[in-house]
Amino acid sequence: MKRIVLLVLACIFSFTMVAQEKKSKNKKVEFKVAGNCEMCEKRIEKAAYSVKGVKSAEWHADHGDIHLIIDETKCSKEDVAKAIAAVGHDTQFTKAKDEDYDKLHGCCNYERIEK
Amino acid sequence: MFKNIAFLLFFVSQFIYSQETIKGIVTDENNQPLLGANVFWFNTAVGTTTDENGNFTIKKSPETSSLVISYIGFETQKIDVVNNTISVILKEVKTLKEVTITKTKKGTEHSLYKVQNIQVMGQKELLKAACCNLSESFSTNPSIDVNFSDAVTGNRQIKMLGLTSPYILIAEENIPSVRGASQAYGLSFVPGTWVESIQITKGAGSVINGYESISGQINYEVLKPSNDIPFFLNAYASQDERYEINTHFNNKFSDKLSSTLFLHGNTRVGKNDMNNDGFLDGPIGKQVNILNRWQYNDAENGIVSFLNVRYMNDEKQAGEMSFNPDTDRLTTNAWGSEINTEKIEISNKTGYVFPDMPYQSFGFQNSFQSHKQDSYFGLSQYDIHQKSFYSNLLFNSIINNTKNKFTTGLNFSYDDYNEFVAMNFNRDFSRIDNSVGAFFEYTYDNSDNFSLVAGARVDNHNRLGTFVTPRLHIRYNPWKEAVIRASAGRGKRAANIFAENQQLFASNRNFSILNTDGKLYGLNPEIAWNYGLSFIQKFKLVGKDVEVILDYYRTDFQNQAVVDIDASPQDVLFYNLKGNSFANSFQAEFSVDLMTHLTFKTAYKYYDVQTQFVTGQMQRALQAKHRVFGNLAYETHIKDKGQQWKFDVTYNWLGEQRLPYTQSNPVQYRLDEYAKAFGTLNAQITRTFSSTFEVYVGGENMGNYKQMNGIVQNENPFGTYFDSSMIYGPTFGAMYYAGLRFKIKDKKQNHEIEELAPVKEEAHNH
Repeated sequence: MKRIVLLVLACIFSFTMVAQEKKSKNKKVEFKVAGNCEMCEKRIEKAAYSVKGVKSAEWHADHGDIHLIIDETKCSKEDVAKAIAAVGHDTQFTKAKDEDYDKLHGCCNYERIEK
Repeated sequence: MFKNIAFLLFFVSQFIYSQETIKGIVTDENNQPLLGANVFWFNTAVGTTTDENGNFTIKKSPETSSLVISYIGFETQKIDVVNNTISVILKEVKTLKEVTITKTKKGTEHSLYKVQNIQVMGQKELLKAACCNLSESFSTNPSIDVNFSDAVTGNRQIKMLGLTSPYILIAEENIPSVRGASQAYGLSFVPGTWVESIQITKGAGSVINGYESISGQINYEVLKPSNDIPFFLNAYASQDERYEINTHFNNKFSDKLSSTLFLHGNTRVGKNDMNNDGFLDGPIGKQVNILNRWQYNDAENGIVSFLNVRYMNDEKQAGEMSFNPDTDRLTTNAWGSEINTEKIEISNKTGYVFPDMPYQSFGFQNSFQSHKQDSYFGLSQYDIHQKSFYSNLLFNSIINNTKNKFTTGLNFSYDDYNEFVAMNFNRDFSRIDNSVGAFFEYTYDNSDNFSLVAGARVDNHNRLGTFVTPRLHIRYNPWKEAVIRASAGRGKRAANIFAENQQLFASNRNFSILNTDGKLYGLNPEIAWNYGLSFIQKFKLVGKDVEVILDYYRTDFQNQAVVDIDASPQDVLFYNLKGNSFANSFQAEFSVDLMTHLTFKTAYKYYDVQTQFVTGQMQRALQAKHRVFGNLAYETHIKDKGQQWKFDVTYNWLGEQRLPYTQSNPVQYRLDEYAKAFGTLNAQITRTFSSTFEVYVGGENMGNYKQMNGIVQNENPFGTYFDSSMIYGPTFGAMYYAGLRFKIKDKKQNHEIEELAPVKEEAHNH
């Protein structure tokens, strides 16, 4: 009996292991993206969508989080963060270059994320 | 030395001038430079920010000399720039004051971002029409024209883009509801208090709801049990002795299951003849209408489901004042009419949203309806019983990302008609119609200023054949606060010539169908293309919010079941269109918030609706070419306990209307060629005593305009010339009413349960 229980447990365990390793095609991801206004929102979301594998991207000005649904077999959250940083927005993972930040419209000059 | 400095300063200022830039510094009260303060020209998007030393440079603006400097935690300053160098000291805000932003919600919202030309009439707009059912809800909306269909039944008919309601797809939560047998009176069978909102789409609609819409779609949402209040009461009484009562009982069994029972009753007991033609101005009668609605919400698993069970019984009696149905029915003692309708409906819709994919969902709608009308008009009899089943399965998802969405699915509809007509001929038109269709609709949205919806469906109908229905909608925002929309689409439908033209039964016209080879009463299906262009601009004019809307729509019939009442005043002819039939409509709407809580809206409408009749190409009769609409709404500020006054005045002006041909009648039974222009004025005052109790009074047609010759040969309704269908204006005079609304609210208002049903979201997205 004990053996069976162990076996079942082992099975479940290995199963969850596999599940964890398996890359999700609909992975929900959230991270911080700095920005101020509606113009920022359009720029940030546009940058996120430019990454292949991003299915849904919604950035919220009030709390500064981006909500993503990504296909992990095609991209990672770091890829998306990089693309967003490239248009001048600091993220939790990647900081924008100063020159890209300086190109932003006056009202988009958000408070930069300290690293 | 001093000279040198002066020279240098002079030089510098010259240099700055030639560059047309302004230099400045922004500091706080302790003379510390502020880094990252916003500096921009007032009312423009031109701006910059200060550097680490608090310095900025900005190019001169041709538009304004007012410069705005803001910094979080400091008071914003607006300064008039006269010099080319400025220094600004910002004062620190000691405590950030709490700011309450209030905006008066508009009754009808025009979206700048939806692809289709959709306007949403919310509760606030619906309350402006105190009475009583859906057919009366549009009196404050300039896009829909409401008129009486005849002088006998008191029925109101709605028109959009110059075309009558059969060309509008009317749906209850996306299930087609007013169609077939219910076409004439269906809107009056939906009590206004049940309705949560109405979405009006001009032009070709979405393919999801079917192929029948030609001039537009009207979808109404019924109150949702999950966010309804426990009890609602509305009572209404009018001067013409019409009484209505509505009660809603809501119960939330758990956070998932809730139900509302809607009870409606109305009765009209007053026999009125204000225009002294010997006929009742409106019918007397009664209606009982019961709806029990269940909602099951499981937000965690993404399931929302609704079940509606409904029963309605409506009895109307119209005709001569002296008519007594017990002794005079179907005799020539007196002319009278009775219309009795019984309706049973069971419908269900279920939506499932994939928990890890909020953009992917299934929707499944099923509806069974039985609509039975037994009626007679003088010596003519008309009975129709339609049993129908409608089913729609939808799947929503995306292609790559949410900028590319699609909806696809299958429809099935089955209609069993028992239809019997007895007048100048007796005939049984019973038949069974069914259709199966598949549709696909693609939506692209660049999440900025452009979107489009392209849809197509293929249907197989036992009478209409196999056919494709394409529809296209485009939206573009060319600049701020503006939108341009274009649409094109095809519609096809089976005309129910008797059910849709019941007003003609109240005449002694002979009915003839001139074609015999078609599958629909001998006629062919109606086919039309609709094209539209719309422009909306919102802006501020001396600080007031202004909205300008320009719409142009054209409907071109390839085939139409022409209803010809112009060939002879003793005939009504039905035949397939030979030649042109079209409806052009242009609408210019202007609305302005004159001051806080005071809104003025006006619209001009132009209609050119022509059809090739046997006697020539003519303007459609009983259709005004020019119409003007005006509405003034004022409300006082809501006080602590919810006390408020609301005032609303609506004016409608109709230009001259062509009247049907009557020149071959004896002189006393002839009408003028054109009916004169006239205007009507409606007004309403609402007094809210608290958030749970309010009363209202109002008046309709307060100018007391009456069409006096509404019934031709009213003194002998069994004579050759009798006709009550040539109605261009109100046949009753001024009418006043009063009513009350009482609510019991939840202790804690569970607004967070306002989980959007996926099927509902559907309605708003398209």
